[in-house]
Amino acid sequence: MRTCAMPETLTRGASLLAFVVTAAIGAVALLGAVAWGATPEETIAGGARRVVKLYGAGGVRGLEAYQTGILVSPQGHIVTVLSTVLDSDGIDCVLDDGRRYPATLLGADPRRELAVLSIAGEDLPCYELPMVDEAASAQAGTPGGGVFPGTRVFALSNLFGVAVGDERVSAQHGVISSIVPLEARRGAHEAPYRGNVYILDCTTSNPGSAGGALIDWRGRLVGMLGKELRATATGVWLNYALPVDEVARGYRSVLGAGVDGAMAPSETDGLPYDVAPLGIVLVPDLLDKTPPFVESIRDGSVAAAAGLRADDLLVAVNGRSVASRSAVQQRLAALADGDPVQVTVIRDGGIVECDLGPKPRAGGKP
Amino acid sequence: MNSRFLRRCGGARGPLGSGGLSARTGVIVWGVVWRVVWGVAMALTAGEIPAVEIPPAVRAAERARIEAIARGSRAAVAIFAGEAGGGSGVLVSADGYALTNFHVVQPAGVAMKCGLSDGRLYDAVLVGLDPTGDVALVKLVGRDDFPFAELADSDLVEVGDFCFAAGNPFLLATDFRPSISAGIVSGTRRYQFPAGTILEYADCLQVDAAINPGNSGGGLFDAEGRVIGVNGRASFEKRGRVNVGVGYAISSNQLRQFLGCLKGGRLVDHATLGATVATADDGRVVVSDILESSDAYRRGLRYDDEVVSLAGRPVRTVNALKNILGTLPAGWRVPLVYRRAGRRREVLVRLAGLHTSGELAKIVSGGAEAETPGEGGEEKRPGRPGDPGPHGDGKKPEVDIPPALAGLYEPRNGFTNFHFNAVELDRVARRVAARHPFPTGDAPWVLSGRLEKGQPFRIELSDQRATIDLPTGTSSLDATGELDATPAPPGSGGLLAALVLWRRLLREGPATLGRTTYWGTVPHWSTEPPTGAQAGAGDQTAAPGTRGGAPLVDVLDTAAASVEGRFLVADDGFVLGIDLWPTPDADPCEVRFSPGEGGPTAMEVRHGDEVFGRFRIERIDVEAPAGDGQDNDAETPADGGTT
Repeated sequence: MRTCAMPETLTRGASLLAFVVTAAIGAVALLGAVAWGATPEETIAGGARRVVKLYGAGGVRGLEAYQTGILVSPQGHIVTVLSTVLDSDGIDCVLDDGRRYPATLLGADPRRELAVLSIAGEDLPCYELPMVDEAASAQAGTPGGGVFPGTRVFALSNLFGVAVGDERVSAQHGVISSIVPLEARRGAHEAPYRGNVYILDCTTSNPGSAGGALIDWRGRLVGMLGKELRATATGVWLNYALPVDEVARGYRSVLGAGVDGAMAPSETDGLPYDVAPLGIVLVPDLLDKTPPFVESIRDGSVAAAAGLRADDLLVAVNGRSVASRSAVQQRLAALADGDPVQVTVIRDGGIVECDLGPKPRAGGKP
Repeated sequence: MNSRFLRRCGGARGPLGSGGLSARTGVIVWGVVWRVVWGVAMALTAGEIPAVEIPPAVRAAERARIEAIARGSRAAVAIFAGEAGGGSGVLVSADGYALTNFHVVQPAGVAMKCGLSDGRLYDAVLVGLDPTGDVALVKLVGRDDFPFAELADSDLVEVGDFCFAAGNPFLLATDFRPSISAGIVSGTRRYQFPAGTILEYADCLQVDAAINPGNSGGGLFDAEGRVIGVNGRASFEKRGRVNVGVGYAISSNQLRQFLGCLKGGRLVDHATLGATVATADDGRVVVSDILESSDAYRRGLRYDDEVVSLAGRPVRTVNALKNILGTLPAGWRVPLVYRRAGRRREVLVRLAGLHTSGELAKIVSGGAEAETPGEGGEEKRPGRPGDPGPHGDGKKPEVDIPPALAGLYEPRNGFTNFHFNAVELDRVARRVAARHPFPTGDAPWVLSGRLEKGQPFRIELSDQRATIDLPTGTSSLDATGELDATPAPPGSGGLLAALVLWRRLLREGPATLGRTTYWGTVPHWSTEPPTGAQAGAGDQTAAPGTRGGAPLVDVLDTAAASVEGRFLVADDGFVLGIDLWPTPDADPCEVRFSPGEGGPTAMEVRHGDEVFGRFRIERIDVEAPAGDGQDNDAETPADGGTT
């Protein structure tokens, strides 16, 4: 009889063990929560005020026209993921209290697939992104922020677009299962980001979740929910978040490149720059937003020397994202002759940086 | 060890004659395994957590959670709909009433088998349906002490609250013990679009507890093991029909609002205001269209008025209005606050039905195919052709009623199961009779007293006539014929007709009234909000919850002598009021009684937006003045108890 009973008892033993461990972890978390003086309900409510619902391009099959963003400055800066939703002239941003603002794209970090938006609001509730001590975090090799596998978290996001107007974004609970480098793909291409991410045990890979806030039980921002991606090895949909330090780095790199650098002149000023002097031939400009694929590279040109190849997809010029062929030309036109030109391309699913040297005069020969 | 489990093992082993050997081997293997498990446990606890001293508070919390889950599990029902699949349910009363989804019971028909966590299988019969809200009420039979869970106040649920679902996902539970999935409340007051006109989830709870196919109809419980909702839907979309941490539950407050109607065996409809709203440029929610036949129109609501609140809840978005309306049964009367040119007005509006009864019957019988919403998911596609419709549709459906359910099903047009209407009608009638022990003789009743300003009045009600003497004159009504002739006295909307029906109900019960049915429950507004304008009162609304703090009372519906009447009956059987319609689709005469120990002590009569009169009842004489000796002076003070 015991032969029969054993498997069940074994399971029981295992679950008893699991229970003891869970209870111990729970005890720590619970005591902590008491000490911090905030209930999970209050923590979630506080976090949700800093999370916005974003509406932009999409709505066609398989592509949602909505996602989530996180307010990171009282002046209305929002971090979110770089996606086709932002590929629109009219991005709408709706706050927790129902206030609605048009949002403008300040710039993007193509490596982290992170975008920064701005809305014209004041005294907005926001998270303060940490100043990252690069040296220290490089030494420690951890993403920092006191987050470890087992840390309890809440994910706040506009999943399935279910919250509208002044309705609060959805809250899910989970733990950080592991902290590992991202090896993922969406469709045929791999994701460009290769750093550490937090793998979560709750389903955050839902439509509209991307760009949502991952907060711990103390209400601190610990990460940003990533786009829908599948694991390269297993094909499983990944539930993951970009660590807050990476979000901060991405945000600052966009602000650095955007506000101080190439951002200043308007994109629409001046004539489009002809890329011919660089030795680049782009695909014909047939659409409103033709993706800036390289058709071919002239032998012996600057571009050839820098290692650019046919079929590369230009995603950034001097650190600022370029979504279309015309954007490439306008961004280049905004640079003064002789300014250094750096382009970022996607090749075989990876990110490649190419230094093209000083910008040649338009129409001049290389 | 689970004795049933052991029995099963023993049964399987016995014939092989190898029981002894196996048991011996088992002891050895088990000993080894236990040492390994214990060793690992000790190593873990010693290595990582030096001393596992779990604080008493954590132990207590854990114990409370285990108890809550045990309570929820006992109330969980596994519903089997034969080959069509099945789902879950949750018991809400000791006599076996269980809530589930319409889309779970639809393939099952009238009779189904339900398993409980005690491992036993019970017969259950369909009682009531709300196809619009995807709710069904069934009754399990065979016990009068079923374990059940209490319905909590879902308005108090907050995002982040612990919750758990107890149900039968993927129909895994062969021993009927429910699967538990725990999570937090992810969102409240969510709106999920209907499929066509049915299966609308308004004001629902969103949870990250796993809700999978088969969980449909099962309970969503709070940390105390009380029901905060009934799980019915989940967002699936791209990943196939399994949980992605986004489930939806019908709120317990919506369920409570429909429970009375469902218990009456009805086919219940949802409410409509008779007006549509839109968001104006400045963000106000304004009336964009309104039916002139609606009660809202008769109460003064017009195009372009701003809707401030409905049923005590603020309306700041179009979705908010949909959320409120989606939780209300057709026929309810709720407060509406609207604003025009800066003036705030508060009225009570009667809500009409979303469907005609024919449309509802068609949906239920599967005639109108309900489209499964692309995003939401139902476990079973409702409306398979060939399935016996759960609703009678006037003719006896071809279903096998098991012997255990004999006499518990009666089809009737407009009802899901008319048998339960008779049960509820009988319950209310008994209460009324117990609370109002009036003599059954045919002596006239005389109500006398004073009006608000002190003038006397006298009302005489007999089998033949009803007469009222007022300072303004005397009116009377022939009580033997049709009561719809001329509403008397003038301006009351039909007070005498209402009182004739009232006397018949109190004296002889509903059987003599005509066609009388149990309607369900409605909120009783003891002090009616002032009709007409009320300026500068601010926008504060009633207590949270759609009921606005008003208690739910039983309603009897009657159609007699060419009029329609509706009686409001308190829990103790006191008849709180009558609404009487001499003609349908017009304002009724509304009579409200103030309870005294015997009969009513006061009566307020309204018609439309006007108060016809407030009557202070000082005496009720219910015996013949000249009759048997000592009862000669049978006049009693109204609050002194009659006979």
